[in-house]
Amino acid sequence: MDFVNAIILLLNYIFVPALAYGSQLALGAIFVTLIYGILRFANFATGDMMSFGTMFTILFTWYFKSLGVSLGVLPTALLAIPFAIIFMIGYMLLIDKFVFKYYRVNKSPPVQLAMVSIGVMFVTQAVVRIIIGPSDRRFFDGEKFLIKAGEFKEITGLNEGLAIKSTQVLTIIVTLILVSSLFWFLNKTKTGKSMRAYSDNEDLALLSGIDPKKIVMITWIIAGILATIGGALYGLDKSFKPFTYFNNMLPIFAAAIVGGIGNPFGAFLGGYVIAFSEILLTYAYRKFFMYVLPESMEPGGLVQLLSTDYKFAVSFSILVIVLLYRPSGIFKGKVL
Amino acid sequence: MRKNLNVIAAYSIMIGLIILVGIFQSWNIALSIFNLCLISAVMTMGANIQWGYAGLINFGIMGYTALGGLAAVLISVNPVQEAWSVGGSNILFSLFLIIGMVLAVRYVLKKYEKSKTRTYIIASIIILGIIIIRFVSEPGIEAIEEVDPAKTGFLGGLGLPIIFSWIVGALFAGGLAFVIGKVALGLRADYLAIATLLISEIVIAIIKHEDWLTRGVKNVIGLKRPAPYEVNLQQTDWFINLVEKFNSSKLNLISDFAERQAALNQFVIEGSSVFVKLCYSGLFLVVVIILLILTQKALYSPWGRMMRAIRDNEEAANAMGKNVVKQHLLIFVLGSAIVGIAGAMLVTQDGLFTPGSYRPMRYTFLIWVMVIVGGSGNNFGAILGGFAVWFLWIEAAPIGLYLVNLTTAGLDDTHALKIHLIESVPYFRFLMMGIGLLLIMRYRPKGILPEKIEIK
Repeated sequence: MDFVNAIILLLNYIFVPALAYGSQLALGAIFVTLIYGILRFANFATGDMMSFGTMFTILFTWYFKSLGVSLGVLPTALLAIPFAIIFMIGYMLLIDKFVFKYYRVNKSPPVQLAMVSIGVMFVTQAVVRIIIGPSDRRFFDGEKFLIKAGEFKEITGLNEGLAIKSTQVLTIIVTLILVSSLFWFLNKTKTGKSMRAYSDNEDLALLSGIDPKKIVMITWIIAGILATIGGALYGLDKSFKPFTYFNNMLPIFAAAIVGGIGNPFGAFLGGYVIAFSEILLTYAYRKFFMYVLPESMEPGGLVQLLSTDYKFAVSFSILVIVLLYRPSGIFKGKVL
Repeated sequence: MRKNLNVIAAYSIMIGLIILVGIFQSWNIALSIFNLCLISAVMTMGANIQWGYAGLINFGIMGYTALGGLAAVLISVNPVQEAWSVGGSNILFSLFLIIGMVLAVRYVLKKYEKSKTRTYIIASIIILGIIIIRFVSEPGIEAIEEVDPAKTGFLGGLGLPIIFSWIVGALFAGGLAFVIGKVALGLRADYLAIATLLISEIVIAIIKHEDWLTRGVKNVIGLKRPAPYEVNLQQTDWFINLVEKFNSSKLNLISDFAERQAALNQFVIEGSSVFVKLCYSGLFLVVVIILLILTQKALYSPWGRMMRAIRDNEEAANAMGKNVVKQHLLIFVLGSAIVGIAGAMLVTQDGLFTPGSYRPMRYTFLIWVMVIVGGSGNNFGAILGGFAVWFLWIEAAPIGLYLVNLTTAGLDDTHALKIHLIESVPYFRFLMMGIGLLLIMRYRPKGILPEKIEIK
């Protein structure tokens, strides 16, 4: 019985939250990797683009609520996301036309494009804060828990409860659907294949008649979808605050590089690698050992490897180690 | 003279703007803008050395700034004797353990060929070391943090004058840069940018949460000053006389003695804070000028030529027998050390150390905007960038307010849109920075004062 309790404990505090957080990171990491693979620059505006998409989701959620529309047990935001995506894609294409296109046409070095993305970061951040303000916002509605800790205890008769938030399940399901359809698109359709070809070797792709304008446009569209959904899911699960989104850029970058930048599947797994290591290394295992070990061997302290303050530092340290030993990432990077 | 005309013009406009602020807002504001402009200028010079001279991207400026600030605390604060007596030995022992660990790793690295076993040995040394260090340091840290946590709760510093921290800050930042450089300089440009950004976040996390060393988010306030205190100045005779002399024309108009005394008091209070700020300006100006002379000398020396050669064509420079890796490391350390000086200067001026205030927007990306806007590779340009961007950063809110009022002049004062816009005026600075950066990158990619290399 103690053993089952210990497993439930780990599931409740490590596995489920890490899976949800990892999915959110994974979406962002695929976004970074797509831009890096096809447009060939590190996009420092990642976090702010995600907050831009989330902002529109929130605005539409408010609008639908004011109309009295709701999805019952599901959050209204799900209904708002498609509309937000349209605005997001519009914004992305607008930025590309007025900002990034010039440098792409001139074949500027990637560093210059990264600098330009910093300019975009500043502007996007300002726009988001001017429109919706810098404060913390929750826009979740509907049923909060799928399984409540108390109910779980009653049903199973265990000491440990397992609470699963509906947003966590939603995040995982949406991520799986989105990522699998993205991989299907990249591997099976003609456009997807031409995108991969373009990422692999630009000149060769141009020679074989692939239209670069179309590739770039589709990349931005996919990126817009990923950024909006990733941002909205994070916001539903936790809360929306522009500054947090900006900071999330860092673990997202870590995930993309750990997975091998330019490689979407690597980025997808990288998200989970980062999320799990962050939570595994900062979790206090005291209770777990209390269940597993006999009473005489119970640990005195918290049995915590690192204090939770160092959550971010963990992912960055992993990144540094990966960069040192496998600069192309765990999964070989730079092939889409 | 003629070829430097645009430099002189740009700087006169900048100084003129600051003087205008002095006349229309107040001299206090103008001087605090000027001081922070000078500090920004030091930071941009550091970043410019790395980016402009050598083409190295360093997004870790925030980390070096914070280390400089930490140096100011560790040098100037008086040591907390009690904390040292309860936990000092544990901390010192942990320090020796860390040194021992590093030496052991080095020994293994040197002694054995690269292999899987070696990697495992190193990993186990590090993990074992961390566990032992935690066991040794934990009681010490807890004891230290319990010593009067409302006031101290940390080890304190050395109790030296704070000016020394400017040098120590440079050493700290340079030391960190050496480690980072050893690790990360081989990476491609954009990887380097990301890696340095993340490492600087780790530095901030450590400074924020190691309370025994830095007091963490509890902040350290009331640091020593290299300049006199306002309160003391207000009671010094020579200062009161000086203020009286300065304002004699205004004071003479007031005939009533009591009124005259009250007016004089007001002038003394205002004058004292202006005087203190002027002291800082003088100190900072000395630093900026020394650094400017050194960096200009370096730029036009054979060494500077070599750096540019490496920047423009690494392979060719390598083929000519220049040690690219070593030079990159050197310039990475030098630039970061300069940023460290700026960090210490910043904390010196504020008189307080607030680890929570180090954010990448303000301390990394803004500095980069300064370098790009000013003109990378040109020291005068970098300094000008520091001045212009900081000036805009501060004055963006008033300008934004003015623009909002202008565009919404037709609307009622209680109109929701107008209220919302006026509330969001502080964020116009991000908008201005972003648009400014994008415009400069597009239409003047070399900055306001582009790099000019004269061959003598």
